[in-house]
Amino acid sequence: MTATAEPQAPEHEIGRDRRRKEDQRLITGRTRWTDNIAMPGMLHLAMVRSPFAHAKIVGIDTEAAKSAPNVVSVVTGKDVADVQGSLPNAWPITPDQVAPPHPPVAVDRVTFAGEIVAVVVARSAAEARDAAELVDVDYEELPAALDLKEAAEDKVLAHPDLGTNKSAFWRFDSAEAGTGGDVDEAIAKARDGGIVIEREYRQQRLIPAFMEPRSVVVDPTGEQITMWSATQIPHILRFLLAAVLGISESKIRVIAPDVGGGFGGKLQTTPEEFITMVLARQLGKPVKYTETRSESLMSAHHGRDQWQRLTLAADKDGTVTGLKIDLLADLGSYVALVGGGVPVLGAFMFNAIYKFPAYRFDCQTVLTNKTWTDAYRGAGRPEATFGIERLMDELAAEVGVDPLEIREKNWIKHEEFPFTTIAGMEYDSGNYEEATAKARALFGYDDLRAEQAKRRESGDPVQLGIGVSTFTEMCGLAPSRVLGQLNYGAGGWEHAEVRMLPTGKVEVVTGSSAHGQGHETAWSQIVADRLGVPFEDVEVLHGDTQISPRGLDTYGSRSLVVGGEALVKAADKVIEKAKPIAAHLLEASVDDIEFAGGRLSVKGTDKGVALTEVALASFAAHNLPDGAEPGLDSTATYDPVGFSFPHGTHLCAAEVDTETGAVRLRKYVAVDDVGNIVNPLIVAGQVHGGLVQGIA
Amino acid sequence: MTKIELTVDGERVSDDVEPRTLLVQYLREQLGKTGTVIGCDTSNCGACTVHLDGRSVKSCNVLAVQADGHEVTTIEGLAATAGHDGELHPVQAAFHECHALQCGFCTPGMIMQSVDLLNDNPNPTEQEIRLGLEGNLCRCTGYHNIVRAVQYAAGQTTSPAGEPAETVSGGVS
Repeated sequence: MTATAEPQAPEHEIGRDRRRKEDQRLITGRTRWTDNIAMPGMLHLAMVRSPFAHAKIVGIDTEAAKSAPNVVSVVTGKDVADVQGSLPNAWPITPDQVAPPHPPVAVDRVTFAGEIVAVVVARSAAEARDAAELVDVDYEELPAALDLKEAAEDKVLAHPDLGTNKSAFWRFDSAEAGTGGDVDEAIAKARDGGIVIEREYRQQRLIPAFMEPRSVVVDPTGEQITMWSATQIPHILRFLLAAVLGISESKIRVIAPDVGGGFGGKLQTTPEEFITMVLARQLGKPVKYTETRSESLMSAHHGRDQWQRLTLAADKDGTVTGLKIDLLADLGSYVALVGGGVPVLGAFMFNAIYKFPAYRFDCQTVLTNKTWTDAYRGAGRPEATFGIERLMDELAAEVGVDPLEIREKNWIKHEEFPFTTIAGMEYDSGNYEEATAKARALFGYDDLRAEQAKRRESGDPVQLGIGVSTFTEMCGLAPSRVLGQLNYGAGGWEHAEVRMLPTGKVEVVTGSSAHGQGHETAWSQIVADRLGVPFEDVEVLHGDTQISPRGLDTYGSRSLVVGGEALVKAADKVIEKAKPIAAHLLEASVDDIEFAGGRLSVKGTDKGVALTEVALASFAAHNLPDGAEPGLDSTATYDPVGFSFPHGTHLCAAEVDTETGAVRLRKYVAVDDVGNIVNPLIVAGQVHGGLVQGIA
Repeated sequence: MTKIELTVDGERVSDDVEPRTLLVQYLREQLGKTGTVIGCDTSNCGACTVHLDGRSVKSCNVLAVQADGHEVTTIEGLAATAGHDGELHPVQAAFHECHALQCGFCTPGMIMQSVDLLNDNPNPTEQEIRLGLEGNLCRCTGYHNIVRAVQYAAGQTTSPAGEPAETVSGGVS
């Protein structure tokens, strides 16, 4: 301790283009992917998967597989029917939702191509795969419900014993909710002298396609069963493994080590995780399963897949008066972890940035004999943006004005925030005028429109297309109360811990864990600023339920917005905890202690002590004020009071060769208002990646 | 089992392998070179790219026995093999500098392929970089900063992060 040390003057970290801490291990190959894990005596799984979308399992002959070299066991669904449980559905959106049981290994029927029908356990992965080819499954093929619209009419049943493919019907109506008028009236009125646009759009199914195939290792030895998994949700997974399999939660440790991408695709509790857990416990040995890419494409959950029937009503001048949404959403053959609720998120986003006075959102979720669907980038919300933005283009064409003009006519003006939308969401802020003006300028909108007109006029074989989209998205999932109202099975808070170590280094524990988002860097920047310590001295720990006992994981654009707020609160508590100790050491009143730049000083004097010195004093505990608790650390849990509503305007110019059909992307401008930026380099990288996934 | 002798990241190794063992399996499972990863089973993704006698190969598309008598360099030995022991290889450093990775799973293969590309063509155009990396897939970055990193490693750009990002801290509201 010294009263004369030069005050630290750390550079402002927030807003800096910090190069990422996590890069060092990733660019040198010192990584810890789940599939890297090897243990003495470890056994390996290979899955036998259904080639049929819908079939009865008549019999399974496992004899040849069982006698193959180094095969330990071959397990069918019947063998584990009593112990494997049914995969959880954490978001039943209505009390009467129809959902089939979801055994990790199919017992008597397969309901999508890729479903597991048997599991081979062998001493090596190669031997397990060889033996899997020897498993002889006798199927009796059944008619499959594949087309979404036909499935919604129950023409062929995906699960005959349920008697219907209709899983749940969910409605939001502005007249019923008291947020606005009656949409049928608005449409009827528009039919008489106004404009009614009715369209049907297909939102196609896609595959999240994270780069790292899913992998899971379970070590059942020791007091706690440890599962490593390439997952976005170690905490939720732990809770659900315990709840479904009847294991005490305190006996399970889940670790998400380095995880190679997710995009929502690893926001799942998977059949592979559950059966690996069951078999590791039965066999008493470490067990590993890593999927092949081909398996991943068939059996890891898919995203999107909707038919959207949309009706927009407007006055003759293009002022919108009503919006009616009628969705059919394909769940695939099971109701996934949050898959039943994903399309319903569209209820809050179809009205987008516009002021609709009347609104109705109907969503029918439907079971089919296809791979189950669940979260993928934005989950339910980009689907809505796709629909409404196309409708606004149609409206502009109908009125005969520029697509940006019709949007501006109808969007919420800057001075109108905070604004409660027709869907009942309170948008805290936004400036669509400025974002759009900036996008126009960067794009050279007027010049490109002029070029487009010229090419049309001259009959140029290469035509120019200009695409326009605005958006907002409810992010920062989520206020726990709102999730409760939507019947979601968990809260939306996040947790953080800040520990000052005696050497002055800082350990930060966060409940969300990264799979590419750069948490270690961004969290370090926040703590460095808040505590006035060097960026390099902050270590961020996450992704292990033993190190990070509380957390609700990574999805829904929540890590920084919710978890970052928890981190700030935990850091501030550390400072508050340090103040009485500093006052004691400096022989001053605690009321006179102020904190700045990593130092606690006595107001109006040059007496002070570094926070890191207080950490050491607090650790030694030789000279603490009476009643002070040794150790300088703190935790905080933050439950957001509202969503965050980032928004943006995107403009795209594409050249289309009308003779060959070739399309060339000429220019793309994205202006995104994401609020306060911790690391601009990371934010830009996220935008690049999101754009290319969308464009590709 | 077939006996193979080869050099991996500068070290002589000798092992018995099954003839069907892929080079990537040998590297990961027998040598513990887990820096090289497997992203697919159809040789599409390029995540497993290593150098065989200094040229890039997808190690899921080479049998371990084909590497017998040859020299293999992985992401783990890249810097040392190229005379940058204890430091980063300039292409590794460029990926870090230009934020050319997010989850990092494609990164070992992407770096190995970029090194091969620059060995062939030390001053590639943007189009040549994109073509040279087309056998390597990335799902996070949109390739934008990967291309920048190769340009940076080639000494073509002095501003590591490219032009300043068009972002306004504090938003516009």
